[in-house]
Amino acid sequence: MIDINDLFVRYKTENGYANAVDHINLRIEKGIIFGLVGESGSGKTTLGLTLLRILPPSAEIASGSVNIDGTDILRINENEMRKWRGKRISMVFQGAMNSLNPVINIERQVAEPLIIHENIDWEQALKIAREKLALVGLGENTWKRYPHELSGGMKQRVVIAMAIITDPEILIADEPTTALDVVTQDRIMKLIKSLQREYNLTTILISHDLPIVSEVADKIAIMYGGKLSEVGENEQILRNAKHPYTSGLLSSIPEPGSSKEIKGIPGEPISLVNPPKGCRFYNRCQFASEKCKNYDYSPKIVEVGHEVYCTLYGE
Amino acid sequence: MKGLASYFTKRVVFAVVTIFIIISFNFFLFRILPGNPIELLYRNPMLTKAQIDALYHQFGLDKPLWEQFLIYIYNSLTGNLGISFYYKQPVTNVLIPALENSLILLVPATILSIALGIITGVVSAWHRGTKLDFALLGSALAFYTMPTFWLGSIFIIVALYIGGIPVSGMYSLGLNYTGIIPRIMDLLSHLMLPLITLTLVLYGEFTIIMRNSLIDVFTEDYIITAKAKGADDKRIIWEHAYPNALLPMVSIIAINFGLVVAGAVLTETVFSWPGIGLMIYDAIISRDYPILQGAFLIISITVVIANLIADFVYSYLDPRIRYK
Repeated sequence: MIDINDLFVRYKTENGYANAVDHINLRIEKGIIFGLVGESGSGKTTLGLTLLRILPPSAEIASGSVNIDGTDILRINENEMRKWRGKRISMVFQGAMNSLNPVINIERQVAEPLIIHENIDWEQALKIAREKLALVGLGENTWKRYPHELSGGMKQRVVIAMAIITDPEILIADEPTTALDVVTQDRIMKLIKSLQREYNLTTILISHDLPIVSEVADKIAIMYGGKLSEVGENEQILRNAKHPYTSGLLSSIPEPGSSKEIKGIPGEPISLVNPPKGCRFYNRCQFASEKCKNYDYSPKIVEVGHEVYCTLYGE
Repeated sequence: MKGLASYFTKRVVFAVVTIFIIISFNFFLFRILPGNPIELLYRNPMLTKAQIDALYHQFGLDKPLWEQFLIYIYNSLTGNLGISFYYKQPVTNVLIPALENSLILLVPATILSIALGIITGVVSAWHRGTKLDFALLGSALAFYTMPTFWLGSIFIIVALYIGGIPVSGMYSLGLNYTGIIPRIMDLLSHLMLPLITLTLVLYGEFTIIMRNSLIDVFTEDYIITAKAKGADDKRIIWEHAYPNALLPMVSIIAINFGLVVAGAVLTETVFSWPGIGLMIYDAIISRDYPILQGAFLIISITVVIANLIADFVYSYLDPRIRYK
């Protein structure tokens, strides 16, 4: 169980603090795929980086706690935290980008977490690395290659192999399929799903792409402007979306064979610096009313497991 | 591996062409200089016209320029760099010992300055924004901008004040060594000041390049990946950042090899080190064209070879070049 309580993470900017994760409460059950969906600047990546405490120097965890199996990982010291990184919690970055070191070959990069965390020599570590590479679908001819020689999809597989080599409990995948073509996207998602099933891996899937997340996620949280707007089971979000923002996201999904016009959400995402009081979605919401301006983000329970942060519902 | 072979072949061909262009350029460069070597040579106002003409003829300076050029090219390619106007000896006989003396100073100075530059650069980058960074970067900049002859002179003054430290030449005059050890000790004591001067003048640039290159690398995604794997600072710096930051360093070191030689001219002159730098200085004063041409040729070839080696090192360090 990952228990996030009142988490507040902000970045120092020239214009003041940007509240990227603004007092968020979230519980993530073990062994599920938890989708975290939001547009750029919604704070979803910051939330992911906070779980590993690898935020950039300009960021500050201002308050809150993150309890994993009874340990508040925001309170332990850096040396202790290093033992969590890459061992108990692993992260998959956008592999198609530059998350692999250009001058180190694939198998060595995949084996490195073992060298760091286990009492093991390179020969053994490389043997395990090759097994993991084979597991994610990369054959022998790729093992000694360098990142620039691989396609985006292959690099993504390398990054995944690297993340699971220490058999972690939690996997954070931040936009793992962005910048890949749709066929490769589908394969990577299937791979993540199969790994989660096989190893009972708690997977936090961070993406801007709701349709892709909804294909594999058990639970989905929608973020907007550093706040949660809706959390629920996959079906609850897809079939019974309550928040106007979630509905907006769903109606921007094109349907094959349908001539229905794609609506989209008008306006621009709000700035995280000096956000307005009340609901962050206020200026883009078609149902906005006076009471939204003073909304305190107390959750409204739709049904068991389904929470919405909106004044349209509840008391 | 086929790509690697063609990469090397291409580099070698480029190097050869470059050297040929330098040979041609060298010839004209010194003839543009004002002054006449023969006038400096005879120094005797009583010489007859016939004797002066004979001198011109002896050195081939009475021939038209293009003919001089062709002869020069032919001789250069056959290893004959001509006869020094001043020493009246084949240029190679004069230059080779001078080159050896220079290398005794240049090779350790280059290695020391690179090592010092890398270490201070890495420390500075890792502690960027702190007082330590400020101090290391500040002193690197100060030494980098300091005139070589000025720094050398300061050391001479300090050495004379302390006493017992030789400030000029390679060996003590009029000493008969009882063996190889005392001779080397004498050489090392003479080497100390020029070596320190040249190292200090050279290392600053390496510090700055290393620091900036590392700071760039620190912002790369793969550094965050390394951190996410649980790597500690030491591993992040030396296993992940340093090999990548070294790439621009290699090019800079090769390009700067010419600067090392230039630094040597000033250092050798200040400390009367009988190397190729001091020889260039003397040759310019006496308009000794063959020596200058020879010296410049040797220096240019060294720089071209240094770049060639850099290309090879580069391909070793960066797999993206290796397999292109």
